[in-house]
Amino acid sequence: MTLIIDDSRPIFVQIAERIEDDIIQGRLPEETQVPSKNEFASFYQINPATAAKGVNLLVDEGILYKKRGIGMFVATGARAVLVEKRKEQFFEQYVVTMLREAEKLGISADQLSDMIRRGDAK
Amino acid sequence: MMNNVVEVKNLTKSYGKVTAVNNVTFSLEPNKIYGLLGRNGAGKTTIMHMITAQLFATSGELKVFGEAPYENERVLSQVCFIKESLKYPDNYMVKDVLELSASLFPNWDKEYANALVQDFQLPLKRRMKKLSRGMHSSVGIIVGLASRAPLTIFDEPYLGLDAVARAMFYDRLIEDYSEYPRTIVLSTHLIDEVSRMLEHIIVIDGGKILINEDADELRGAAYSVAGTANAVESFIAGKKVISREPFGGLLTAGVFERLTETDRKRLESLGLQTAAISLQQLIVQLTNKKLETKGGSRP
Repeated sequence: MTLIIDDSRPIFVQIAERIEDDIIQGRLPEETQVPSKNEFASFYQINPATAAKGVNLLVDEGILYKKRGIGMFVATGARAVLVEKRKEQFFEQYVVTMLREAEKLGISADQLSDMIRRGDAK
Repeated sequence: MMNNVVEVKNLTKSYGKVTAVNNVTFSLEPNKIYGLLGRNGAGKTTIMHMITAQLFATSGELKVFGEAPYENERVLSQVCFIKESLKYPDNYMVKDVLELSASLFPNWDKEYANALVQDFQLPLKRRMKKLSRGMHSSVGIIVGLASRAPLTIFDEPYLGLDAVARAMFYDRLIEDYSEYPRTIVLSTHLIDEVSRMLEHIIVIDGGKILINEDADELRGAAYSVAGTANAVESFIAGKKVISREPFGGLLTAGVFERLTETDRKRLESLGLQTAAISLQQLIVQLTNKKLETKGGSRP
């Protein structure tokens, strides 16, 4: 988990991404409580309204849900949903970019898959 | 009308021929943290002095908690203004300042003030005029926090404070604000240190409002492009350019627009590099116009 806030992207998006990461990597298991907006605010030294906006983004997506008077919890099935979403982003962010760069350098599909296998063996 | 904490309409302050604040209109909503940013001499302090009734406006409307603030005890007891040059009577000790503040501010929290005195390691029985610059600033910060005034304004409150003490200020501010929300205005040039705490940003430049926007809306709202001068020039033609930095045959330009998919493809075909501009850089570039034209006019 990184503590650094990037000042060139909306902070509420970064907070939502960090909660997503924690869910995907199992640090926030399903049906456990998520830190409160004030806890996020003092941990990252950010505005609590911004933290709340990040949390609410995930509530809108059904990843988190609110238990009245207690706080926010990770929904059952949230991890699977997030992993699927991340796979789609992985394709866009890494695979497409990689293929573009490979084309520039004249790397063939065979050479590329060799490289991936070589990387996997490490 | 909504219950805004501050309502400013066409506010102007002139000194003879000099217009320090020029037809400014904005409002401050309850329980938000605002950043009032801009270069020295932009008019920030003049605006704050008018809001806190220490200066009359030349023209325009000004309401604080729905009323004119001048000699209005009902309004002023809800406002705490901490500025770098606060002066106290010569014989005042730290504890006298705290006692005076306790009598001025209805929401004063004595226990919290004492805890802050410990945190900032202030000698209660030292006279104010014998304090170091940093300690003097710490007293202001403690008064600003412990007053819990519905409108609290900090104008460059940390002269002489080192990085550790400033970090403590930010820490306590966020903590206490979370528990006791109120309207806070931070006026500072240390944008990178405070920007993540701000919900809303007002940038003043040359006495006018340059930006009045949600802070998160400004993050990722601008980008820089770099590459050969010709390629960059052709890309930025017709775009909202806020900075130009030539370097040999190369050019880096700042563009105050969101990057679209079409832009991205053009950047790639022109072989240009791009990076997001941070909030701090955005404000620096926007308020740096004079320097920019000087630099840009060089061959």
